[in-house]
Amino acid sequence: MKTSIVGKGLPKFDAWPKVKGTVVYADDFAMPGMLYAKVLRSRYPAAAILAVDTARAKASPGVKAVLTAADVPNNNLRAKFGQSTDVGAQFEGLYRVLAEKKVRYVGEPIALVAADSEQAAEAALDLIEVTYEQLPGVFDPVEALKPGAYCVGENDTNAVSRFKIRKGDVDAAFKAADVVIENTYRMPFSDHAYLEPESGVAWIDEHGVVTIRVSTQVIEHFRTVAEVLGVPHNRVRVIGTWVGGGFGGKEDITVESFLALLTWYTGRPVKLTYTREESLLAHSKRHPFTIRNKIGAMRDGRLVAAEVELIADAGAYTYLSPWVLLYSTVNAAGPYNIPNVKVDAVAALTNNPFSSAFRGFGAIQPNFAYESQIDELGRQLGIDPVTIRELNCLQKGDSLATGYAYDRELVLGELAGRAWEALGPPREAGDSPVKIGRGLAIGMMSYGRLTFLHDTSRSYVKLELDGSVLLRCGVPDLGAGQAQALCQIVAEELGVPMDKIKMYIADSALTPLAGTSTATRQLYMSGNATLKAARELKDRLIKKAAALLNSSPADLRLADETIADATAPDKVLPLKTVVGHCSSDGDELYSEAQFNAPFTTVPVSELITGQTFADFTFGAYAVEVAVDTETGEVTLEKAIACFDVGKTINKLNAEGQLEGGGAISVGYALMENLMVSQGNLQTRSFTEYLIPTAMDLPDIGTIMVETESGIGPYGAKGVGEPSSNAMAPAITNAIRDAVGARITSLPATAEQVFTTMKFRK
Amino acid sequence: MEFKQQVAIKVTVNGADIRAAVAPEESLLDFLRKQCGVTDVKCGCGMGECGTCTLVLAGKVVKSCLVLAAQADGREVWTLQGLERDPLAARLQDSFARHGAVQCGFCTPGMLIAARGFLQRSPQPTRAEIREALSGNLCRCTGYQKIVDAVWAVAYGDAAEQERA
Ligand code: FES
Ligand code: FES
Repeated sequence: MKTSIVGKGLPKFDAWPKVKGTVVYADDFAMPGMLYAKVLRSRYPAAAILAVDTARAKASPGVKAVLTAADVPNNNLRAKFGQSTDVGAQFEGLYRVLAEKKVRYVGEPIALVAADSEQAAEAALDLIEVTYEQLPGVFDPVEALKPGAYCVGENDTNAVSRFKIRKGDVDAAFKAADVVIENTYRMPFSDHAYLEPESGVAWIDEHGVVTIRVSTQVIEHFRTVAEVLGVPHNRVRVIGTWVGGGFGGKEDITVESFLALLTWYTGRPVKLTYTREESLLAHSKRHPFTIRNKIGAMRDGRLVAAEVELIADAGAYTYLSPWVLLYSTVNAAGPYNIPNVKVDAVAALTNNPFSSAFRGFGAIQPNFAYESQIDELGRQLGIDPVTIRELNCLQKGDSLATGYAYDRELVLGELAGRAWEALGPPREAGDSPVKIGRGLAIGMMSYGRLTFLHDTSRSYVKLELDGSVLLRCGVPDLGAGQAQALCQIVAEELGVPMDKIKMYIADSALTPLAGTSTATRQLYMSGNATLKAARELKDRLIKKAAALLNSSPADLRLADETIADATAPDKVLPLKTVVGHCSSDGDELYSEAQFNAPFTTVPVSELITGQTFADFTFGAYAVEVAVDTETGEVTLEKAIACFDVGKTINKLNAEGQLEGGGAISVGYALMENLMVSQGNLQTRSFTEYLIPTAMDLPDIGTIMVETESGIGPYGAKGVGEPSSNAMAPAITNAIRDAVGARITSLPATAEQVFTTMKFRK
Repeated sequence: MEFKQQVAIKVTVNGADIRAAVAPEESLLDFLRKQCGVTDVKCGCGMGECGTCTLVLAGKVVKSCLVLAAQADGREVWTLQGLERDPLAARLQDSFARHGAVQCGFCTPGMLIAARGFLQRSPQPTRAEIREALSGNLCRCTGYQKIVDAVWAVAYGDAAEQERA
């Protein structure tokens, strides 16, 4: 479809205040008479809390409140994690505001302090006396699942959830297979490492509404906060700030409940901002997985069976583990057409930091395993990386392992081939200890939430009397251009320039609720809602203009702030004239539209079948690395991303997602390792938890294929999370190519690569 | 042990003279954000690891979380907001916005200050030199590529830019 504004790489409107430094992020905001909050956190990963004595802290100068679990009206909730539908206990977990009776992880919040200054609040933390009795704890999910294991929570099992897929007969297929490859892959905890630590300010407005201005991906948490306080939902308002990076780490509640409680008890505005160390300690992590992946193939390269076992470390609380596990189950065998598939997945509680959402959400971990496996298969059979994938990857009409037939455009083989080809001629390493290697990996990942969550979004578009446009949509903007995309859609439909559009985002009381900025869903969901609202207005404008111009509605076009008849050059009206006529008729030009994702029913058993997601994004990374055989050090020298983006809405922002998604996974592949030993976090700063700097990365070439086959506006697909998929195995496959070492544990640090090379059989 | 004494300082912040009493251990970053309302300098770590607090102190590009407020006594501090009329800062800002070098924007003010300081020293850099110069400023969103593009375009002018639309 031909578009004039959609697709353009226009600078996003929020780029201007951001380059001026005038955006008021969560911690940049202050209120008169504001108090400062601090959180007392558990020192032990597993302990009984025998007593918490706050008397001395309460008496400390400047302290206005010290709260413990006993002060929280509803301290234990079944968290719904932002969705409004009821999906049953197997997908929900305990959300506990403050620890009571028992602590489950180092850093678990136990008490809250609000004081006149940060120093006073900090000093009061030292005066709170917690009497612990240390308990043994369990730190490995396999141990945690054994009978008689220490129970992390109050239940008598540590199993959070289990899912499986059964297709065909894998045992018979393995027997008949010419080649069988089996490996176990391990991935560590990783941290989002957004540069803005968790932060917010809360106050009670003049009508008694608890108002929280916070950096969050989910303004719908106002409901959970209301339940914590025991007040009606409409007594809590969340105003989302421009977020300084989220990546899933600001998807669960961070500071909201703490702020609400403290402002509720003191009647004063309260600010809480985490330090970097606290941020690393306190928020969710990407799940560590151990994945046993066994594939069988015939000599011609055709896969006949895949058997995958996945064990995820959920950490100390459930949070989004069931959903992550379900994603990993559906993605376990990859975007391949395999007649026999058996998948078993389990997530277990441990006394480690809790795991939840992180860009890639359960798709990225199995991707590392299956793309390493297919690479190994190609090597064993002497089939090149592109061909082995082309032979096996899903084609339009093929069924996923769950039995769901994918009937949209699917060009995976082409994506792999183009990425590979774009690497160009290989660099000659010559006679040096540095070896050059190349790797390819493909991936699939959903955009939009699980279909049984019955997802919806709303957006409001209004034409002002002067022809300018107001857009209101409760979308949190994390920097990916979520808001900009909606403005471009409106500009396209109504023929108004971008600077005539003003947008308001992320206010649970004032903007129509658009759902979470998670699951790569906003362009798809709110994009469709906005498109629907804009088109509704457009229809009304055209109808009016047709009457005024005596034209046929089918001939009228909206462009450059006019409505013109394409068949008669003299028949043209300024947009605002038409708006004026509508207004005189009492036809106010506003529209609030809702978009509903496809709905399916909630899985009733562990066996996952049929449709689980509305659609998928497919892509490939091809890379070239240099490996120093004397040190094991890996340098990523070239990288190409080739993705079917459906349709580009903003070229710059889409490229930015591919570049940034690739970069974050270079960190995952080569350096990031959030180390936890017996429940204790070892990497407490950016000196220990290393993320890529500008020097660690090459330019990433981006190829965006536009099949216009997505279910987003104009055929767009989501790329935010899918773009982080496939980079890590592309790199480890390149290491394998360079030096023969198959990396099965991430990250592939110099030490890891060197040891793997050395002990290679 | 009581550390009650305050240090009286006089600092020029973005052109305005400020007299204040600060605690001896207070960082320049905290002083600016909390006492002066200068919030374009950000605190991503408070330990010199991320670069979000980068500013110009007495003509030098520094990480303000590593400098004590008391050390700024008698000196000039410039943050991004104060560089409104600085032509190089303005070109960089424009270039960052137009190249998509800004995603969440949290690293942006510090990144711009670092880039400006670098281009003043090396007006004709290679891409590798730009990457090296910015390696003390973390960005988790962009993968740095468009930031490098933006700096490059300022160094070499519009001819070096690709048509984006
Ligand atoms: S806040 Fe100063 S370097 Fe991070
Ligand atoms: S744009 Fe988000 S950290 Fe750089």
